[in-house]
Amino acid sequence: MAGETDRLTLVEAVNSALHNEMARDEHVVVMGEDVGVNEGVFRATAGLYDEFGEQRVIDTPLAESGIVGTAIGMSFLGIRPVAEIQFMGFLYPALDQLFSHAARFRSRTRGRFVPEIVIRAPYGGGIHSPESHSESTEALLTHYPGVKVVVPSTPADAKGLLIASIREPDPVVFLEPKKIYRSFREAVPTEPYEIPLGEASVRRDGTDVSVFTWGAMTRPTLEAARQLEGEVDVEVVDLRTLSPLDRVTLITSAEKTGRVVVVHEAHRTGGLAGEIATTIQEHSFLYLEAPVKRVTGWDVPYPFPELEKYYMVNVARIIDGIKEVVAFP
Amino acid sequence: MSGKHELFQYPAPDDPPDAVRVLDENGNVVADELLPNLTDEEFRKLYADMRLTRRTDRRGVSLQRQGRSGTLASCYGQEAHVATAHALAETDWLIPCYREFGTMLARGIDPKYLFLHWMGKEPGDHIPAEYNTVAPPTPIATQIPHATGMAMAAQLLGWEDTAFLCHFGDGATSEGDFHEGLNFAGAFDTPSVFVCNNNQYAISVPFSRQTGSATVAQKAIAYGFDGVYVDGMDPLAVYTVTEEAVRRAKSPREGESRQTLIELLLYRLGGHSTSDDPTKYRSAAEVEQWEQKDPIRRLEVFLRETGRLDDEAIESIENANEALVDDAVVAAEALHQEPESMFEHVFHELTPELRRQADELAALREQYGDEAFDVGWRF
Repeated sequence: MAGETDRLTLVEAVNSALHNEMARDEHVVVMGEDVGVNEGVFRATAGLYDEFGEQRVIDTPLAESGIVGTAIGMSFLGIRPVAEIQFMGFLYPALDQLFSHAARFRSRTRGRFVPEIVIRAPYGGGIHSPESHSESTEALLTHYPGVKVVVPSTPADAKGLLIASIREPDPVVFLEPKKIYRSFREAVPTEPYEIPLGEASVRRDGTDVSVFTWGAMTRPTLEAARQLEGEVDVEVVDLRTLSPLDRVTLITSAEKTGRVVVVHEAHRTGGLAGEIATTIQEHSFLYLEAPVKRVTGWDVPYPFPELEKYYMVNVARIIDGIKEVVAFP
Repeated sequence: MSGKHELFQYPAPDDPPDAVRVLDENGNVVADELLPNLTDEEFRKLYADMRLTRRTDRRGVSLQRQGRSGTLASCYGQEAHVATAHALAETDWLIPCYREFGTMLARGIDPKYLFLHWMGKEPGDHIPAEYNTVAPPTPIATQIPHATGMAMAAQLLGWEDTAFLCHFGDGATSEGDFHEGLNFAGAFDTPSVFVCNNNQYAISVPFSRQTGSATVAQKAIAYGFDGVYVDGMDPLAVYTVTEEAVRRAKSPREGESRQTLIELLLYRLGGHSTSDDPTKYRSAAEVEQWEQKDPIRRLEVFLRETGRLDDEAIESIENANEALVDDAVVAAEALHQEPESMFEHVFHELTPELRRQADELAALREQYGDEAFDVGWRF
């Protein structure tokens, strides 16, 4: 990607994508609680209200089902809503609209009505936020057919993936790992560009073990790989799109290294690691040198801040998991 | 608004109706007939609890600024809501919202629980059973159907003298749960009092963007019960209206509805939370105008002028409140949870898998030390 770049944080890259797409296409609107005058509680929609006005940057009533439901309705007449749900933990009232309607309309109307909407939601823990503000329950979303689920782990990816999501002719849930909203910067092109949905990214080549992860867990996973340099040659794959899964990249990597660890901050039982491990087991059983290992959050409601450090996956736990898989048998 | 629905005749006020008010902004009685029938001691207790609420709130914000506590939602300026708890009998139930914690203090709940909650320690929600108070949730409006369900249960259990009072904000009235909770209450004729603390902003979004209705109170008619619009900066009006609503919930007279939706028109002088910057969406002049309506000052003037309060009594109240809050902070800071406790109350009994995960965490702590968890990872 040539051309001018800015050094942006992840949340600034989200903002840049929204500016680009709203300028490019007058049908793109942003809606949600506090996205307008207040510019978003995380400032993801900074500057949009001033630039595009209240018709296209819509402060809505406090009603998640209403936000997603009206976004679906708007999309039927050609508007492309990018709806913000302030925290993933508050998405649940909208799940009926998301699952029963956004995800099904194309199928049940044979393509006549298609909800071309994006639902953005900050997700994940590690910032000492109050109850219900740290959820990482993306497996719920990936279980449901007909809705795409995207999770960036870098600013440049966040911009390219969000633009691709806005242009995507299917409903997309775009989960933003708020732990890394502002924790680092990188060069991000000022011009719009797309990173295709459904393609994982090999963040680090390695030969001994594959570690599959996404979102905020990508950074500690890369750190664990760095700390193991000289001892274990770790390949790190960032999934980026959780639905549909890039099974080709997963299988290719697993068959190359023969050993697999999946790292996610979500709860273990029914988490996406189970789907990934099963996919590899089905396709690549004879390539495996060890059972697939899960390094995940615990099966407890996301704890209050005092104990969240014991819930969050950290570098030590990832190293521990990698060593266990490499040492097998 | 005339002409908007010319074909249809239904109550649609052009402007909000006059709010129920007992004290004007200078503390003068403007409706003698609505003055609460309280003893001098009860009047002073109401004043003391409002001051305790403000002190607890201000200390919580200060601890957050010092990094000793996490995010909290301040009720600075909204202290008149405390009067709703004073209108309840001990046997009535309180289902508060996170911002209406003054009601919890008024019931006698130690401020320690609030500091624990704000400090991110889960025992903050372990409110002792004798207070008949549900721990406030964080998602919006979700407690409203719970409150209705509790009232339905009381009917099933044959409790005839218990009211259920539920607090929420103006933003909550936009959620489906508000409609569903009030609709059930009307349909099942439950002993319910719903209190909307309309502080006029849902974070940054003004009330005019929550609804096309002139008031929240008028929505009650759609559910088959009465709504009342109250000056929420006037603690005595809040008390009188709530007391009447509680009485109706337990024994309505002919022609009265059992349920009441009370709208308190008030104002939060601070931000939505300690993470919020209210200067982005409202003017200093607006805030200043509402500071003139301070509910604590208003009550204080009334109590002084009627001989119920003097400097000595105020000093004594403040000393007692200060000691209570100081002790609560010390107790909250001293409490530490064992990491394994997060597994304990997920289910009635630890499942085998949770036992395994708890053991896994214990082994990791032993092998790597708690420092490995403190450091987390570099970003």
